[in-house]
Amino acid sequence: MELTGAQIVVQSLKDEGVELVFGYPGGAALHIYDAFYSQEDVRHILVRHEQGATHAADGYARATGKTGVVLVTSGPGVTNTITGIATAYMDSIPMVVLSGQVPTHLIGDDAFQEVDTVGITRPCVKHNFLVRDVKDLAETIKRAFYIANSGRPGPVVVDIPKDITAQRVEYTYPKEVRIRSYAPVTKGHSKQINRAADLLLNARRPIIYTGGGVVLANAARQLTALVDKLGYPCTNTLMGLGGLPSDHPLFLGMLGMHGTYEANMAMYECDVMLSVGARFDDRVTGDLAKFSPKAKIIHVDIDPASIGKNVRVEVPIVGDAGEVLDQLLVAIASSGSLPRRDDLDAWWKMIESWRGRESLAYDLSDEVIKPQYVVQKLHEVTLGDAYVTSDVGQHQMWAAQYYGFNKPRRWINSGGLGTMGFGLPAAIGVQLAHPESAVACVTGEASIMMCIQELSTCKQYDLPIKVVNLNNRYMGMVRQWQEFFYDRRYSHSYMDSLPDFVDLATSFGHTGLRVDKPGDVEGALREAFAQKDRLVFLDFLTDQTENVYPMIAAGAGHNEMVLKPANDGTAPAERELA
Amino acid sequence: MRRILSLLVENEPGALSRIAGLFSARGYNIESLTVAPTDDDSLSRMTIVTHGSEQIIEQITKQLNKLIDVVRLLDLTEGRHIERELLLLKVVAQGTDREEVKRLVDIFRGRIIDVDGETYTIELTGPGDKLNAFLETIPSSSVLEVVRSGVSGIARGERALRL
Ligand SMILES: Cc1ncc(C[n+]2csc(CCOP(=O)(O)OP(=O)(O)O)c2C)c(N)n1
Repeated sequence: MELTGAQIVVQSLKDEGVELVFGYPGGAALHIYDAFYSQEDVRHILVRHEQGATHAADGYARATGKTGVVLVTSGPGVTNTITGIATAYMDSIPMVVLSGQVPTHLIGDDAFQEVDTVGITRPCVKHNFLVRDVKDLAETIKRAFYIANSGRPGPVVVDIPKDITAQRVEYTYPKEVRIRSYAPVTKGHSKQINRAADLLLNARRPIIYTGGGVVLANAARQLTALVDKLGYPCTNTLMGLGGLPSDHPLFLGMLGMHGTYEANMAMYECDVMLSVGARFDDRVTGDLAKFSPKAKIIHVDIDPASIGKNVRVEVPIVGDAGEVLDQLLVAIASSGSLPRRDDLDAWWKMIESWRGRESLAYDLSDEVIKPQYVVQKLHEVTLGDAYVTSDVGQHQMWAAQYYGFNKPRRWINSGGLGTMGFGLPAAIGVQLAHPESAVACVTGEASIMMCIQELSTCKQYDLPIKVVNLNNRYMGMVRQWQEFFYDRRYSHSYMDSLPDFVDLATSFGHTGLRVDKPGDVEGALREAFAQKDRLVFLDFLTDQTENVYPMIAAGAGHNEMVLKPANDGTAPAERELA
Repeated sequence: MRRILSLLVENEPGALSRIAGLFSARGYNIESLTVAPTDDDSLSRMTIVTHGSEQIIEQITKQLNKLIDVVRLLDLTEGRHIERELLLLKVVAQGTDREEVKRLVDIFRGRIIDVDGETYTIELTGPGDKLNAFLETIPSSSVLEVVRSGVSGIARGERALRL
């Protein structure tokens, strides 16, 4: 059948199985928008800012594993997506961004609303395309989806000049594509698998350290099976939470800068480390020179370039996390050996003593709301089964530390880029993907302001998200660093002239609730989640001085964590190092 | 370590900037980079000369291989190979200097390809260090212009970079 380029875009999305597109119209995309007008197969969600479209598509992708799709116009439409594309790129999230471009004959002319989209997005995409011929359009879209959601996933941009969306051509959507230079390996090399199994079974102080790759690869089941089979301790990165249920007895909590004492100490002392789908990021490793000095490392990753990038690896395994874990389970079972029971008992004893330090304990108060308490109550009220998105700052760390994620894809945050403004639009994507599920956006009063306009989108599509604003009237994470490392010079980290969030939510057509007493926290959360069809903006006025503990300062090692200071207010720097 | 990487890349407009962008974004060195068409219209051949520790070189090759436009990559320096670079050099050559310059060109097996009353234009090919050695022999005061093509290379024997 002969179609216009614009119709081909819509038809290709349909044939690709896309259900939702997040977008915002404009000149160069108008033919495409016209093609959206008269069809109901692909639902278009109109956001209020293109950044919101990318985060919403990203949230949708994280919650489902499907590719998030964005449609924007040229020029400012594209530049507004950059933060969202970079956010998805850093966390390896499958996304396809379709952008309008000025007509082919104007490209390079500084035409109205022209930017070099391929050039400007190049450093933060997995790949990008400029479509030069309408005959290539369907095939290019197919390639974009294939690249975005295979191997190590990532965002792909397809830039489509306006004239091409008007031209007609015979349409067929390719069933599959082959790209001669791209063939991701999914199965681990059997020799390396056997070496890894051998190393694991001979470990005296093993640890399993996993990241977002386990979640992305839907490998939580295999990870849990391996942990159960070996009886080894397991820790997750910020991106990996939910990979192993947080209530699993062998789970040590999150590791890294604000990880638990036991997770970081176990990383420091381990002799064999199995890392799956994690990339030894600086927020995880601390000072590399002091990183796990005694460990032999097995590194499983879909991306060969992640392996050996930051640390020396004993056994590199390139492959899909799920497939490799399955292979490891088979290799371990067929080896006939068992873990070293005595060594393991001694190791667990050591770990239990670190656990005994209760690094996540905090002081409750009758007068002022502790942010950690709000997150714990959120877990209780939602039975630990909500999808929780977050922004960036202290609230993000508290959500990660205290919510307790028992399933993968429930914890949705910008780990790599650390993008304030991510939480609310991401929640839009999550809620659209899971209309019946509880979705909470744990945010701070500074972060929420960065994409606050999306409250309007939430209204238009009746999304009953619960915004949990941990309002400390500070850019808390910045304030915390200034307290610790800048002698309490709180340069521009206060939040002045804040809106009245209850009024603000109301003006967008939502319900707002202000909570300033600890005794009211649980009731307010219950009241909010009881409203199944409304967005409720919960503005919790929290303790302004609370800090995130424990902490590894920059340049320190895992064994040099700073624990929460005693109640007498001694500064952390003056306290004993753990 | 100095490395010569040979690549076959898709003959696409964005390919060169992706590769150059990778080097600048990740802070890798480029000593030289050459690109030209091949016998296959869909492919260009690129030669990159870079330096770095073993770990950096490993990252460079992995990151290059990750680019969708990179079809094949071979580190020529891992095996026996031939390296060639073209030098075009314009020098002032007057009076007795003319003979001296001509002698040096002969020693290095170069050619004088253009002459006028005051200048010689010289062509010389060889591995990078040969060109360096030649340039060192020419007094810098008489050098008017130096044009180097950047290194090209090919593996010796049966090893070949092809699809
Ligand atoms: C877009 C963006 N700008 C700046 C930062 C730096 N930054 C990190 S945390 C933070 C403060 C966040 O404050 P708030 O949202 O109130 O959260 P809190 O730390 O108080 O919980 C800032 C400014 C960032 N991560 N993202």
